[in-house]
Formats: sequence, C-alpha cells, structure tokens
Amino acid sequence: MKKDFTKHTLSNGLTVFLKEIHSAPLVSSWVWYRVGSKDETTGKTGISHWTEHMQFKGTPQFPASSLDRAISRDGGVWNAFTFMDWTTYFETMPSAKIDLALRLEADRMVNSLFEAKEVHSERTVIVSEREGHENEPMFRLGEAVQHAAFGIHPYRHEVIGDMADLWTIQRDDLYRHYKTYYVPNNAVMAVAGDFNSRPMLARIRELFETIPAGPPPPRLARKEPSQPGEITLNVEGPGETTFMQVAYRFPAAAHPDFFALTVLDSLLAGPSSLNMFGGGISNRTSRLYRALVEKEYVVGVSGGAGATIDPFLYTFSLTLHPRRKPAEALAALDVEIKRLQEERVSRAEIARASKQARALFAYGSESITNQAFWMGFSEMFADYNWFCTYLEKLAAVTPADVQRVARAYFQPKQRVVGTYLPTGNGDVKHG
Amino acid sequence: MAKTLPPQSLPGPETIHRETLANGITVLSRANFNSPSVIISGYFASGSLFESNDQLGLADFMCSCLMRGSETHSMQQLYEALESIGASFGYDSGTRSSTFSGRALVEDLPLLLNILAETLRHPVFPKDQMERLRTQLLTSLALRAQDTSDMADLIFDETLFKDHPFGRPDDGWPETIQSITRRDLKEFHRRTVGPRELVIAVVGAIEPRRATALVQRSLGDWTNPHQKPLPSIPAVQKLKKIHTRHHTIAGKSQTDLVIGTIGPRRRDDDYLAASLANSVLGQFGMGGRIGDVVREKAGLAYYAYSHLGAGYEVGTWDVSAGVNPKNVRKATGLILRELSAFAKRGATKSELQDSQDNFIGRLPLSLESNNGVAGALLNMERNHLGLDYLQRYADLVRRITRDEVQAVAEKYIDPSRLVIASAGP
Repeated sequence: MKKDFTKHTLSNGLTVFLKEIHSAPLVSSWVWYRVGSKDETTGKTGISHWTEHMQFKGTPQFPASSLDRAISRDGGVWNAFTFMDWTTYFETMPSAKIDLALRLEADRMVNSLFEAKEVHSERTVIVSEREGHENEPMFRLGEAVQHAAFGIHPYRHEVIGDMADLWTIQRDDLYRHYKTYYVPNNAVMAVAGDFNSRPMLARIRELFETIPAGPPPPRLARKEPSQPGEITLNVEGPGETTFMQVAYRFPAAAHPDFFALTVLDSLLAGPSSLNMFGGGISNRTSRLYRALVEKEYVVGVSGGAGATIDPFLYTFSLTLHPRRKPAEALAALDVEIKRLQEERVSRAEIARASKQARALFAYGSESITNQAFWMGFSEMFADYNWFCTYLEKLAAVTPADVQRVARAYFQPKQRVVGTYLPTGNGDVKHG
Repeated sequence: MAKTLPPQSLPGPETIHRETLANGITVLSRANFNSPSVIISGYFASGSLFESNDQLGLADFMCSCLMRGSETHSMQQLYEALESIGASFGYDSGTRSSTFSGRALVEDLPLLLNILAETLRHPVFPKDQMERLRTQLLTSLALRAQDTSDMADLIFDETLFKDHPFGRPDDGWPETIQSITRRDLKEFHRRTVGPRELVIAVVGAIEPRRATALVQRSLGDWTNPHQKPLPSIPAVQKLKKIHTRHHTIAGKSQTDLVIGTIGPRRRDDDYLAASLANSVLGQFGMGGRIGDVVREKAGLAYYAYSHLGAGYEVGTWDVSAGVNPKNVRKATGLILRELSAFAKRGATKSELQDSQDNFIGRLPLSLESNNGVAGALLNMERNHLGLDYLQRYADLVRRITRDEVQAVAEKYIDPSRLVIASAGP
C-alpha cells in the first residue's frame, strides 16, 4: 500500500496523523487518549467512561450545552467511545467548518470544568445506561464471563463499571483521572478528509502545541496468570431463551499470531469486521453456522475478538435451539474446533478469507470517518503500519499456521463456559 | 485507496439515471468511483398489509425464506456465492412494502443482481429450511417478549392504531407463526411479489446506464400476472383522550417509555416543517429540548429523544426514554410538560435557525457512502419528491417559518390526546 498519510510529533508529545482524501467535502478529526477501563482500580471502575461523559459538560469557553449546539449547527456529527484500552472523541464536519472541532478538542484537552452539579446529574444518567445494559441477558452473561476469566488483570470489569462504584465515585476522583491521562503526550490525533496538510498541521500546532506535556501516566502492571483449568458458570435471569458464551484466551493484537487467528475466525464463525463504520457480512457458510445452526443445536452463532493491548478473549456467542441442552451445543462446537486442530485447512479457504477482508476494507474506505478512525485506532494497540499491512499479513497465513494457532489457543483448560439459564415464569430450566 | 477527485456535487437529474422497464420496475442509478464497491437497494409492494389477523408475520416469514433456496440453488450455494467474495445480500419485510439490500466489490455486481432475481422470482421454500426458520422466528418472538424497548413500541402502535393494520406487529405472534404452512408462503409470494412497483437503486463504481442494463438483463423479462394491488387502507381514528398502558416484564432494571401521537406522512406538505419541529423538540444537539430536560438537567435517562416516523400511509410522532422504574412518573411528567409548552409556543427563532443549519449542513455527510446515496434516491422515488429534491433541499428548509413550525406543533401534538406506553418491571 502506498503511503498516503503523514505522521508528526509535536514538541509536547502529541502525535498527529494527517490523510488527505478529496472525494467529499468532509473532514473527520479524532483525538485518542491512551486510557480506558484497563487503567482503573477497584472502587473506581467506570471512571474512564464517566470522564468521557464529563468531556461533554463544558469548559469556560464552550459551556455545557453550547458544544453540541455548535457542532450540530454546522451540520457535523460527533461522539465519543470508551473502551478497555482507550477513549476517543471524534467530529466529522463539512470541510469548511472543521476548525470548530479542532478548537473544541484543544480546549477540552485541558479546560474541562467537571462542575459538581454536572457530575451529580451525570451519575444517574450513567446508572441508567448501566440499567439499560442489565436488561439484556447477553450483557449479564458477558459480565460474569469477564469476571471469571480475569482475577488479576483490570480487564475483569466492564467498561461501564460496577454499580457500586458508580454510586461512590466523586467529582475530585473524576477530575484527577482527567488531569492524569488527558495530556498531549498520552494522545494521538488523526485527521482525514478534504484539507491540505500543510495549513492543517500549522493550525493543529497553533491550537495544541501550547498545551504542556504532563508526567507519563501511571499504568497498572497486573498480568493475568495462566488459567489453572476450565471454568464453567451459570447466570440466571428472566426469559425463555438459553444463551452461552464460550471464551478462550486470545493474544494481544500486536502478537504475530493475531493474523492466523483472524483467518481461523473467518473460517469458523464468519469474517469479523473491525470497521467501526462500514458494517460486515453474513456468516451462513462458516463452519459453525453449518454445524450448529443447520444441525439445529442453536438458532444463532457468532464469534470474535477485539484488538487489544493485552491478551483478552475470543468469545463464541450461542443462542440455543429451544429443544437443545447447553452440553449438546458445546459438544457440537468442540467437534468443529477439534476438526481445525486435526485437519489442515486448504489454501483456497485462506484465499477466501483474504478476499472477504479485501471487500470489508473497500466498504470501510467509503467513509472518511472510518479512514480517520483507523489511523488512531491502530496506534492504540500497535501502529498504523499494522493496518496498512493487514491484507498482506492475512494473505501470508499458511494452513500450518491456522492449525498451530487452533491447537495453541483453543484448549478447554483455557476457556470459560458461561450459560444464561432463563427462569421463564419462575422455573429455571437446567441444562 | 481513495483517489483525489474534485468535491462531489449533490445528486440530481444530471447525474441520476432513472428508467422504468417495460414490466414496471424502476431503476435509479448514480456513479461513485471513490471506492471499488457497489450497493443495490430497493423495495417491492409486498408486506404485512396483505395479511389476515390470524396469519400475522406471514410477509416476514416469506421474506426471510427467500434466501433459503431457489429453483437452481440451495441456501448454502447462494450464501457460498456471496460470502466467498465478501458480498452480502438480504431481505427485510415491512407493512406496505418490503426491502432488499446488498453490496459487493463492483466486479461482482452481476452476481449480486442474479441472486436478487433468482431468489425473488424463483424461491422454493424448502420444507426443512422453513421449519428451521420457524424455530428462529419463534426464538426472536421470545426475545421480543423480554425486550422492554420492543414491547413498549409494540403496545404504543397497538394503542395508537387500534383496529388498524398499522397497529399489528409485522413479526406476528407465536401462535400465528406456528400456524403458517408452506402453501401459505408460496401463495403469499405468488400474489404479492412481482415487478409492478418494484424500485431498485444501484450506486457505486459503475456507469449508471451500464448498471441499468444489468438490471434489465436480470429482471427485465419478469412478469407476474397474479400480483395483487395493495389493499386499501382504512382511515386512522384520531385519539380522543390520553391512553396509558404498561406492559409488565419481570426482572428488568429499566423501563422503556414511549409517549406520542399521530404525525404527518412523508409526502404531506407539512412534513418538512414537522421534521424541523421534531429536531427542536427532541433531536438537535443531544436530543433537543427533551434531551436537555430529561437527560441533561434531571439526569433521569441515558437516552431521551423524539422521533418522527413518517411513512407513506401513516405517520407517528413520539418521545422515547429509558428510565429507572421508580422514575417513570417523573419522566412522564417532564415529557408531558415539554410537549404542552411546545404545542403552545413552538420553537424560538434561534432554535429554528439552528435546526435549519443542521439539516442543510449535514447533507454532504448523509451522502458520503453508497448506502446513503441509495437511501436518498429511494426516498425521492417513493415519496414523489423529484430527482432535483436534494438540490432544492436547502431552499426548502430555509423557507420554513416559525409560524409553520408552530402550526404543525399545534396541529399534531395535543397533550390531552396521547398514548403513553411503557414496558418494564
């Protein structure tokens, strides 16, 4: 892939990526901070996500409600996301209006107020957000699986945080978190779209370079020890449908095995799209759809892993057929995993996974927002070169690689099997 | 990746190719060479309006079964053709019409169109696939029964459109899905799926005339003498009072709330004024006035906004919020107060100006992807807006006055005639 972007480091440590795309009169600007639920301690879980909410609550220059009004008035969209490893803010605007987004992001990198009354009203908004999640059986199950999979590493809690902490975190905790992690030397800026790089860089320097660097933010070094054996758990809740999550230890995105595992994922569960904007494709011809849905063990199956800094999980999610027991579905899943471990896949299957990835890249490239997203996102867990060479690395995967990673990562002793048992009208159906 | 091109101009009669084939199919196409992909998207005149009350969900069942096997290919063969090249294609049913949508790398457009033609014209509804699908649909209904948002929407529609086809759930009920036979599916397909009133948009890295020729090749010779016209739709009864309904779902942490009434249809003259009014009420910024009062000030909900559901035949105008069960009364009170104030006084000058700027400013972003352009083309066709609609759009938006916004708010929102629906513990 030809280099079609530039990378700069400002004197305060802020990394800036610029990519000119003149296909539509739009610019998308993203600011990424290396902070997420991975950086949270017990008692302060959910603080990164809450801090993200507070970033919409105003600075002296842009008071609370004026921010969203200003962006919307110019026909822009903006949003923010908090993940385990990072927090990001973006605006996609008509190109003539992008200066507002740059000013706003520079301003809230240092000047957010975190007023007590705003913290107070936002507490119940976030509690409500969590209550909405709790209405979903898959959230309840996923949270239990994550807790079971990690005893030491902070990946053990959900990004939204534990309810107990959402009621006790205080304004000063939030402000301290903001001041610790929201420093230019802990941030990456990625701008893509209809602009000229030279004046864009000059403007970014003007707005951001005066923000002083901070001390390098602290990091928790709590490596998860190896799992001593298979963990199984049940969650009970309302409904008539049984769900399962089967989660295996998965390496960090920067690990060389990530690409062979991506091919494996594509064959087994259907290709996962890492695009945040652009969507994916169906999985009806994947091995698991054929073996589990077509054979009526489950009515739906999916699988996938995120790209993370530290090793996390590859999770299969199953919605059980009403006449099947969890043990039957798990046995059928195991047969397919074993097949990958014992029989080498063909080169044609790998070529097919590569073509699927190429198509997903093409769909993602329709969106300027998605293109800017990738420059920053890939820097969070590896670097932009990881993205630029993604298709090449997939194409280089061999049948032996797929077999090797299937054997290395998909062992029962390294998994958590979680089952959601529906209580229906009060009776628990046991598997 | 993306090539350097001059800024895109808005789609209009100069760049949109529109052609009606001899069998009644309308093709709309526009080129976009910025990405090597293509999208097809469209609708056809089959939907739940054709269903009897004891067969609710039939249109949905039929549509979901179209990709389950054709006269020439099994479901696995159809999906193998699609997925092996990273393409996607699927159907979705609606009330008045049903839709299809697919995308592929542009070199694979003929394959995508062949799959559309084959599954739309010659589906076989294989018995084993149909039974498997039935179980999947029943599971979806079991999940719907547990979903507070789905159930609040369902009882809202049921109450607002009492004894009217638009008050029925398109996905049916467990007992109706259980009763549908293979013969029902085949018969429903025979009398509702045909080329008349079918519209397809093709947008991507292909010349529009070439795209139209490919559609002609796949669908141009299709006829269906059995295709029935859409049934007539009875008038919607106006609300005479406030109807409050709660649907209990035990064990949930949050209650979903929908409060609203009848709104304009998409093709009504006052639609655009209502759309701007809705923006002020519950969209602009972080959810307009509703978001400001319910979320930002009171901290009662993670989401709170208003929504205009302007269809071809009927429209709704409603406010949705997800709140803690103990705050339902408080949130309802705040929303009713905002609705009353809005019905009485409408928008301020600056509020209207903000929303007008937003509507005009966001146009380029909405047209950035092939999917966005295809959606805009289908909207213009379905609602008879004219191919120059996007080019006239800024003027149309600017021309709306405060008086017009006030008039639509007063006309549609009557705080003494509303449906208040909720689902939760």
